[in-house]
Amino acid sequence: MKRKHRSYTPAAPLEAPAHKLGAVGRVVSGVIGELVKNRTLYMMCIPAIVLFILVNYLPLFGLILPFKDFSFAEGIVGSPWAEPLFANFEYFFRSGVAWRVTRNTFLYNLAFIVIGTIVAVSLAIMLNEMKTKVFVKITQASFLLPFFISWIVGGMLLRALLAYDYGVFNQVLARFGHNPLDWYGTPEAWPAILVVADSWREGGYRTVLYLAALAGIDPQLYEVAEMDGASRWRQIRSITVPLLTPTISILALLEVGRIMNADFGKFYALVGENSRIFPTADVIDTYVFRTLRNVGDIGMAAAPAMYQSVIGFVLVMLVNWYMRRKFPQGSLF
Amino acid sequence: MKRANQFGLPTRICIALVLSLWMFVCLYPFAVVLGGSFTAESEIRRGISVIPREFSTASYELLFATPRRVIRAYQVTIFVTVVGTVLSVLVNAMMAYAISRPNCRYRYQLGFFAYFTLLFSGGMVAWYIVMVNFLGLRNTIWAMIVPYLANAWFLLILRAYFQSIPNDFAESARMDGAGEMRIFLQIFLPLSIPAIAAITLFTAMRYWNDWWLGIMLIDDTDLQPLQLMLRSVMSRVQFLASDMGRRASDLGITVPTRGLRFATTIVTIGPIVFLYPFLQKYFIKGLTIGGIKG
Repeated sequence: MKRKHRSYTPAAPLEAPAHKLGAVGRVVSGVIGELVKNRTLYMMCIPAIVLFILVNYLPLFGLILPFKDFSFAEGIVGSPWAEPLFANFEYFFRSGVAWRVTRNTFLYNLAFIVIGTIVAVSLAIMLNEMKTKVFVKITQASFLLPFFISWIVGGMLLRALLAYDYGVFNQVLARFGHNPLDWYGTPEAWPAILVVADSWREGGYRTVLYLAALAGIDPQLYEVAEMDGASRWRQIRSITVPLLTPTISILALLEVGRIMNADFGKFYALVGENSRIFPTADVIDTYVFRTLRNVGDIGMAAAPAMYQSVIGFVLVMLVNWYMRRKFPQGSLF
Repeated sequence: MKRANQFGLPTRICIALVLSLWMFVCLYPFAVVLGGSFTAESEIRRGISVIPREFSTASYELLFATPRRVIRAYQVTIFVTVVGTVLSVLVNAMMAYAISRPNCRYRYQLGFFAYFTLLFSGGMVAWYIVMVNFLGLRNTIWAMIVPYLANAWFLLILRAYFQSIPNDFAESARMDGAGEMRIFLQIFLPLSIPAIAAITLFTAMRYWNDWWLGIMLIDDTDLQPLQLMLRSVMSRVQFLASDMGRRASDLGITVPTRGLRFATTIVTIGPIVFLYPFLQKYFIKGLTIGGIKG
């Protein structure tokens, strides 16, 4: 038994001869043999596996929560079923909130993807044209700075710009002879505010990714184009953009897979509990959070959460399937 | 050769202007809050600007008059960040190493086990119940550490990096009688320093900037991390304005309520902005290691 099974030569699964075991026995002994043989490797996985089970897999049982009349005392399994079974979903869809938060979540994420990509790709291409090293370094560092702070701080910074009395925007309006605007009470302004805020914080990060892709383009292509008399604009249109397209599609598709998952931090820190702008700034995640923390009704909060999980899962699977077909080398799995 | 291959001077100046404009957009909010934090409260109402209209350190004086809260929040955040980052990187790297080994027969199944957590989640509500009821994490410091420890994304990036290291290193060490743990610690970790450094930085940033776990699971103000302290300054400011503020205004003192908000913001982001020039380089490197593939 002191044998060391660490070499690559496939060792006999277990001591018992295989032909004496049934089919099931063979499989079991094979599994055990592998677990024993590479026990150090499997032991190294245990902490992560336990944590994944506790934090990510156990909550999957919560998928029955929307169908339950949940109480903390009785737990997930012990609580009685909701009467009628779809009561929580009915409430969610009848209240009119469902449409509002679904539309907002979808449209905001779409805007973040489209405008965020345009901003980042343009910034990356422009940075790539700058040959002064110091300038490139300073600008790139500035672009990335907002990514290093939390959305809570971002919300504070935004307030400094938008506040009614001391905010910078209203000072500018006053200078041009306009009345101050109550930004935190103007729903119409928020789609633009949130899209700019998104690009402000994440733009630098996306730009780094596109710059890396730009650095991978063969400089000879430009030299050849140059010899053929192509202008720089022409080179960007016919070389840079086409070669950047796979990276753009991959990054955008990854985000499309998560289009129903709003970034809770972004919306909660910038919008918070300000119900005056909910019509244009409330998303599924903030709605679930408020129902959970303020209303305290588990079932009512779980229904939209499950609705979001299921749609999210379908979208991720679709995107993965599409990506595997289109970019066989690029997908994670 | 490079000279010819670029735009003419006017176009380049335009590009530089656009880039500078975006740089201004990125930095201006920080500058204006910094200016606001040094502005006298009576002047803030008239509008804040990068250069204070009337210089005053009253906001900082008030903030540090009762420094316990700030110091406590810093302690919590530093503890969470250090302990969380060390544990998280270790946990993820160990499993990443194990499933990067070709002699580990169930490496694909285990990889999928981790990957699945990125695909599907039980949602915020069920997660909350498991954390509170099952794990009893409510109002403990571990509530802000445990949920982020295992991270499939970081794990898969590390696995890809370990796979890129030739297996011969492991083979020859194994010949010399080294165990897997030793190969991992003494060969693979040192060879993967760029990837480990990047993941460490990402993880540390995640812990430092997090307030989601705090807002969900922490009610105790003594356990409030920095980010949540900043958030609760809002209500504290209102308290000051209502109670102490009224008494102060009877005495003819203006309590810097808005200024306090700005000062707290600056105190919160101070260390990040200070460390930023050093971290930025590793961050960019890290993004290009893991980002493109994903």
